[in-house]
Amino acid sequence: MHIIELPELGHFALILALCMACVQMVMPLLGTLVRQPVWLAYAQPAAWGQFLFLTFSFACLTASFMLDDFSVAYIANNSNSALPWYYKFSAVWGSHEGSLLLWIWILSGWTFAVSLTRGLPAEILARVLAVMGAISVGFALFILATSDPFERILPRIPTDGADLNPLLQDFGLIVHPPLLYMGYVGFAVAFAFAITALWSGRLDAAWARWSRPWTTVAWIFLTLGITLGSWWAYYELGWGGWWFWDPVENASLMPWLVGTALMHSLAVTEKRGVFRSWTLLLAIFSFSLSLLGTFLVRSGVLNSVHAFAADPGRGFFILVLLGITIGGSLLLYALRVPKVNVKVRYALFSREVFLLVNNIILVVAMLTVLLGTIYPLLLDALGHGKISVGPPYFNALIAPQMILLAFFMGLGPLTEWKQARWQRLRQRLWWAAGATLVFGLVVLPFIYDGQWHFWVAMGMTVTLWIVLTSLRDLYEAARGRRGLAGVTASRWGMILGHLGLAMTAFGVTMVANYAEERDIRMALQEPVEVHGLNFTLTSLEHVEGPNYTAERAVVSVSGPDGAQISVLHPEKRLYAVRRMPMTEAAIDWGFTRDIYVAMGEPLADGAWAMRVHYKPFVRWLWFGGGFMALGGLLAACDKRYRSRVKRSEEAAAVTEVAV
Amino acid sequence: MRRLVLFIPLAIFLVLAVFFMRGLSLNPMERASTMIGQPLPEFSLKRLDAPHQVVTRDDLLGQVFLLNVWGSWCPSCYDEHEYIVAAAKAGVPVIGLNYKDTPEKAHEYLRKMGNPYQMNLQEPEGMRALAFDLGVYGAPETFLVDREGTIRYHLTGVVTETLLNETLLPEVRRWQKH
Repeated sequence: MHIIELPELGHFALILALCMACVQMVMPLLGTLVRQPVWLAYAQPAAWGQFLFLTFSFACLTASFMLDDFSVAYIANNSNSALPWYYKFSAVWGSHEGSLLLWIWILSGWTFAVSLTRGLPAEILARVLAVMGAISVGFALFILATSDPFERILPRIPTDGADLNPLLQDFGLIVHPPLLYMGYVGFAVAFAFAITALWSGRLDAAWARWSRPWTTVAWIFLTLGITLGSWWAYYELGWGGWWFWDPVENASLMPWLVGTALMHSLAVTEKRGVFRSWTLLLAIFSFSLSLLGTFLVRSGVLNSVHAFAADPGRGFFILVLLGITIGGSLLLYALRVPKVNVKVRYALFSREVFLLVNNIILVVAMLTVLLGTIYPLLLDALGHGKISVGPPYFNALIAPQMILLAFFMGLGPLTEWKQARWQRLRQRLWWAAGATLVFGLVVLPFIYDGQWHFWVAMGMTVTLWIVLTSLRDLYEAARGRRGLAGVTASRWGMILGHLGLAMTAFGVTMVANYAEERDIRMALQEPVEVHGLNFTLTSLEHVEGPNYTAERAVVSVSGPDGAQISVLHPEKRLYAVRRMPMTEAAIDWGFTRDIYVAMGEPLADGAWAMRVHYKPFVRWLWFGGGFMALGGLLAACDKRYRSRVKRSEEAAAVTEVAV
Repeated sequence: MRRLVLFIPLAIFLVLAVFFMRGLSLNPMERASTMIGQPLPEFSLKRLDAPHQVVTRDDLLGQVFLLNVWGSWCPSCYDEHEYIVAAAKAGVPVIGLNYKDTPEKAHEYLRKMGNPYQMNLQEPEGMRALAFDLGVYGAPETFLVDREGTIRYHLTGVVTETLLNETLLPEVRRWQKH
């Protein structure tokens, strides 16, 4: 075996994985049709085989990248012999073909994990695996037919590669796509459980219990992925912004919004047995939006700073996949959701209703983002020309929705299930409400610059409201015999998650209202003042990187008293192969502020145009994302899920499964 | 009645799908071809075969010609080369813009593959001249320029037999008649 045949082996393994996925999809289907339980048993080994072959296939592509095999078109277009090894590694998913292979590999990984679950009735497991196998079949066909990463350029093999897009040559981009895909694809599990529930007609609370931990884990990955993406955009794109309402960002935000709704709705369905059809719909939505995101990014129907794979042929294929998956599941939903109302009753004034209200707000927010994202496409299709919807639209519509969301978010945890008592709620809330109004609306907005701003007041109110109600909830939880030790992991998870959102809200408010941003001319040894700080360009040096050359500025930052705060080294890089200039911003970060310097263009007399930002509390918005993910992790690790295994086994033993 | 309500999500999705379908058939590359109708930018570049000779925009005007951006480093340029030769054989003047290349490698390429070009301009690595002003982001790209120096057609990617016979040559004839 020649090492040079790695791409062919990878390609072959991908085909074998497709065969495995077909078995995984078809055998349980036939098994349930002809009532042959033995056939159901094919699903599990097929899922293992699929994972094994895709892992091998992915390893082949990775190895070919490491060995600089430029006879492979995808590698020739996305790598270079001078690229450091860790970027060769991340270049595997640096563009369309490889990122799809990563997508399907992660899907097979989730499938593998699901196939190892204990305590699921064999028949349910087989059906879930069949649904996931069907998704795999679709994507494997898509890769093999339109986006083969193993295709060779023969006989004229390029001597070197065209290099990885310099924007992607960054640590953030090594981890960001895998995290994001773990999240996207993870929603396929909840989707598969939902389809199974509709298909088998078994719509009891059990499926909510089974899909809950999977949904939470997928949500954690998506949260981390989005947070990291926002952080990357902040320091790498050189504009100092942290969210651009770009179609690709929106494509990740939409499943997140619906996934958040799903996570909460699953809790209600599991605990109270209500909202079943709504939860099913959300499960279908969250994965559908992940697929829609793939379509929007990969088909090139939308213009975006991220779009690096525009191809209508591929777009058509994904659209067909989308039609089958989303259209099919929504049709199944419309036909199979039971008409019978559940007997469980709840009053209008109860935790169920507050959670439902927030679910609806989240879905409305998703629709707002969806409309803004595809509006240019709609207009274009109707022949009204190409326009784009800017951040003003999103900010104007999303901000009020988030305020409403925060209001109910504070109420929810302190309200009882079924029928809340007004007396009790008032007693729990009055001091939080009072403090929020006094400090959030009146006191805090003055602190930073002595002036009252409407949006600062709103932001502070939201932050304080969530923090104070969460603390009150913690107090309620810790009132038991064991105090704080008696608070369950999932309760901690919820509190941390909500506090995380408050941190993000705080960071967003501060940076949106108080950030200072100046484009200035900096000459050597001439201090320039921004936000009371003195910025001095002390020297310029030339730097040779592995695959780029750069001008590096040394900027000294000192306070009003002349004491040096920090020395920053922003760079302007020129990547040799792609001739692409890149801005490496230099950031002095802190809990209360970031000082951000990026190099613009050289001016006459050795001076440079520089962009200087002063960003108060900007870190908090990413810390918030981290806290939310941590909250999710605690919730997913709760002991209940371990003890639950036994219970669902018991349930399986006594439940007659209708085929 | 309630059953019908359940079909709403499906209906919304179907409407969206129709729009997506329509969106796919709209040319997503249209936005990139902002050069059509624009004058060919001013430049002054060295000739590849006669480096002492400098060519400017005015030297090229007066004929309808194709401006083909190529490089010996670009695998797709090898693929389209036979159709560039075919265009030249059909009597269309083709000006080459040798992009991000070295003269040695470029000469080697022309010696091996044949030289269909009326002349070749050099725009070596790092130089920001004609290709930069034309918004070229890769090779090959081909521009059709009329007698007055206005860009009339812009192709990003490889010239194929179909493209040559059904689009490029008819476009050239059309502008020659103008």
